[in-house]
Amino acid sequence: MSVFSALLARDLRLALRQSADSLTVVAFFAIATVLFPFGVGPEANILARISGGVLWVTALLAALLSLDRVFTVDYEDGTLDQLVLSGAPLPLVVIAKVLAHWLTTGLALIIVSPLLAITLHLPMEGYAPLLLALFLGTPTVSLIGAVGAALVLGTRRGGVLLALLVLPLYIPVLIFGTAAVESAVTGISSDGPLLVLGGLAVLALTLCPWATSAALRQAVE
Amino acid sequence: MTGETNLSQTTTAGSFSGAGLACRRGGRLVFTGLNFKLTAGGALVLRGPNGSGKTTLLRVMAGLTPSAAGTMSWNDKVIDDPDAHARNLRLITHLDAIKPALTVSENLSFWMTLWNKPDDQRLQKALQAFDLSRLASYPARLLSAGQRHRLALARLLVAPAPLWLLDEPGNALDTASRDALARAILAHRAAGGMVIVASHEATFVSDGETLDLGLFTPKTVVHWSDDESVEAAE
Repeated sequence: MSVFSALLARDLRLALRQSADSLTVVAFFAIATVLFPFGVGPEANILARISGGVLWVTALLAALLSLDRVFTVDYEDGTLDQLVLSGAPLPLVVIAKVLAHWLTTGLALIIVSPLLAITLHLPMEGYAPLLLALFLGTPTVSLIGAVGAALVLGTRRGGVLLALLVLPLYIPVLIFGTAAVESAVTGISSDGPLLVLGGLAVLALTLCPWATSAALRQAVE
Repeated sequence: MTGETNLSQTTTAGSFSGAGLACRRGGRLVFTGLNFKLTAGGALVLRGPNGSGKTTLLRVMAGLTPSAAGTMSWNDKVIDDPDAHARNLRLITHLDAIKPALTVSENLSFWMTLWNKPDDQRLQKALQAFDLSRLASYPARLLSAGQRHRLALARLLVAPAPLWLLDEPGNALDTASRDALARAILAHRAAGGMVIVASHEATFVSDGETLDLGLFTPKTVVHWSDDESVEAAE
């Protein structure tokens, strides 16, 4: 367990020292979301209708922007070699890195999302389900993203390839994340979509760290 | 003096050997039919022209790169668990795994916590051994190439491991640092540790055996697909 906590502490400290990285992601989320009222027009009912979907899509794109970094720096400076050689189970190493990524980007996105929801006229009933859905969905986003990030290590223009690999896999999260917000807004219980999001998170947690480990071992060969 | 840190704590190792090792990179056979054996306190110097596979062999020995043929043994038992093998070794390459945003001592203490347990005294001794004490609180981004390399080498001393794999450890080092490394290697071997160095210089290990990788390079360029065995290629 010392490997887990040491790695988590180091990644959080690095994120804190290089906070511009996390801030860029949040700024992208904010700017991309604020573009919609300009593009769609200021009509409150139209914006309210699309707000859940818009917030989810921009959050996914913002998260994607940060995924590139999860392993690339460690790969290029040799840290990854040393982590593979640490003798600790590699999936544990992966979970620590993904948790650090989620705490520095996913959580940041969750915190600013209510502010952005205001600009999109999200009805009052939508806020709680939006936050819950993001809370359950963004870990899945980080976990799936880690698999992609590990797979594209060492390729040229890995960022674009990563988007192509990972975005299709985000569709279930997007569907149920948006459904949670919309069902609450239309007065139906959002329990169903939220439960599915929780299930997806558990599924991702049980599969993705192992897939990521295999991709990392391949990368350090 | 400087090397005593790891005297008491190096785990005694019996032997590390490889038989019939072969490796290919991108379809090209880099070396084949390579054997080596190292016993406690032993040292092995890898030589050979550029591209003869010194770095590749070190990565094979570390268990990072799988060998195309042959087996490696630790204490005469075939190595089948790469994670268990990894705990017995330290690999130092030109990729120094240093985070520029962390200070020198934070960089070092991270690896120490990862491999062993936090131990400030030991950390200070490792910094001292490579003359990094006065830089301890500086961010690593301010270090010169030689200082970065010294910081990477200091990792050898923060947590004991019986086998050191060093890839061109003399690069970018000044005379004093070379001496410090030579002392560290000597102390490590005196405590029963093993060292494998890929280097063009003989300064670090004067009495070690030499393995010339040039001898194991296939005479003709051999290409083969995945389903053919290496034996057939030989």
